[in-house]
Amino acid sequence: MSETVTGVATTFDCRVAFAEELAAMARRDPRVLVVCNDSVNSSNLVAFAQEFPGRLINVGIAEQDMVGVAAGLANGGYVPFVCAAAPFLTGRALEQIKNDLAYSYYHVVLCGMSPGLGYGPMGPTHHSIEDVAWLRAIADLVIVVPADPVETRAAVQWAVDAEGPVFLRISRFKVPQVTPEGSCFQPGKATELRPGRDLTIVASGVMVSRALAAADLLAAEGHQARVLCLSTIKPIDADALVRAAAETRRVVTVEESTVSGGMGSAVAEVLCQRQPVPMRILGVPSFAPTGDTGFLLHHFGLDAPGIARAARELLL
Amino acid sequence: MELRAASNAPNLAAEVLSAEPSRRPEILARISKDVRGLIVKTIGATRVGHIGGDLSVTDALTTLFFGVLRVRPTDPAWEDRDRLVLSKGHSAVALYSVMALARFFPIEALERFAQPLSPLSGHADRRKVPGVEANTGALGHGLPFGVGCAIAARLAGSRRRVFVVLGDGELQEGSNWEAAMAAGHRGLDNLTAVVDRNGLQQGAQTETTNRLEPLADKWHAFGWDVVEVDGHDHGALLEAFTAAHQGRPRCIIAHTTKGKGVSFIEDRVEWHHGVPSAAQVAQALTELKR
Repeated sequence: MSETVTGVATTFDCRVAFAEELAAMARRDPRVLVVCNDSVNSSNLVAFAQEFPGRLINVGIAEQDMVGVAAGLANGGYVPFVCAAAPFLTGRALEQIKNDLAYSYYHVVLCGMSPGLGYGPMGPTHHSIEDVAWLRAIADLVIVVPADPVETRAAVQWAVDAEGPVFLRISRFKVPQVTPEGSCFQPGKATELRPGRDLTIVASGVMVSRALAAADLLAAEGHQARVLCLSTIKPIDADALVRAAAETRRVVTVEESTVSGGMGSAVAEVLCQRQPVPMRILGVPSFAPTGDTGFLLHHFGLDAPGIARAARELLL
Repeated sequence: MELRAASNAPNLAAEVLSAEPSRRPEILARISKDVRGLIVKTIGATRVGHIGGDLSVTDALTTLFFGVLRVRPTDPAWEDRDRLVLSKGHSAVALYSVMALARFFPIEALERFAQPLSPLSGHADRRKVPGVEANTGALGHGLPFGVGCAIAARLAGSRRRVFVVLGDGELQEGSNWEAAMAAGHRGLDNLTAVVDRNGLQQGAQTETTNRLEPLADKWHAFGWDVVEVDGHDHGALLEAFTAAHQGRPRCIIAHTTKGKGVSFIEDRVEWHHGVPSAAQVAQALTELKR
């Protein structure tokens, strides 16, 4: 983890790493395009638009058209990265994602920008807490939630040559680097970031660094928490989850999305059938009140003290 | 069962193209009769399908596949093929019948339409039917997809063309107008939309359900070149599909009769997805032979 001299971790907006890596891939691979919905600024694509003006297709504020157009571009052999605020991309164009991309099986990379509670005080219209649950129900769609800038870059690289449709969740809420520089993103694999035998905290995206901090708090109390970074929600690394549940006997999941059908539900679907253990599923249980993202995460117990509190309930 | 090209079947597209231009419409009309016969027989035998819209769109699809499209049934993934998107995906039996006669797969495959594990589903699946570009069936999806195909052709510097076949009731879906705006804005003159204007949707007339008129004005307003033709006149369709429309996408409003060619089905809303009895199939086939 990179740290400043004061000991406070440096944090990153993953949209920066995303845009840099996308431009790098576009330089190498002429198939790479961007399709967006008047979201050049919010997707951090100003530099891409300047460097590749003919390869950024801005359809205006029209998400259904945006996803359909991307499918048509994929039909022509291109690899479109559809970049739009996650709530509008997934909610407004859900049927296009299902039929034009997943069922038709076109290789399009959906980039849900500023997901979860990232839009803070803009409120629940702009929050994207449902995206993981909605998309998880769609067959043949890969769902990746990178934890930090390193994973974001690796996921973009991988997605260019993936098969079929991919959803990448690109966070704007700043996070510290949690995975080692140069680590290779492996789709479908959970990563153990911290060993432990007393319980497992399974975290994704913004919550990974907070899960690690919670493990620190628990360690001070004598509890060794394992931390699994689950960046691919679908397909899920069932074997890693079963192994962790068998070895630590308790599982806490924590995500920046709804507790109804999100990552925690996906973990529970695996464990209740293969290795039932006591669980706590942490996430967003309701529409959020007003507040910035940091406040909202704290409000919903999605910070180190909140995660540690849930862990203690299981350890009692 | 995997579908493969019926390479040994007669090449009807070649017959049309090798004929004098003045004779092409009558050959297309003959093929359309065969298509309608296949539609009636297939739906009568399998007891499922959308017969009204199949019969109204038959002449447009026949004209496209046998007189317009540059496609290769034996090489359906050929990069520079023209793209045909059936946005009104419920007319799958019409599409399958035309594609079978166009040699994309054997005509016998139609007998298994909608049967368990058949590659020919109630709405076409491009992973199972060679030559199908998109899995339509939910309405309002074909035109955005076609706009993407047209932009891709332009980016690739290809002269391939894109044709999207729309239902009229389908135009009540807002996604069509998002795509129409984008196509007009970009001046996609490699894109043609044809509206099967039969005037009926599942439950009633379009105009009493949610009015479409003035339909040509709407497309004009979105920046399209618009022509209106008799959707059962193969000569008029041929001309509309092939005339230049430089700098603008073209919309062909094809005025049709739902259920065209079968007297007791024509223009009757209850035949949207009605299924003819054996006696009705026999009567329909007799009428179609006239």
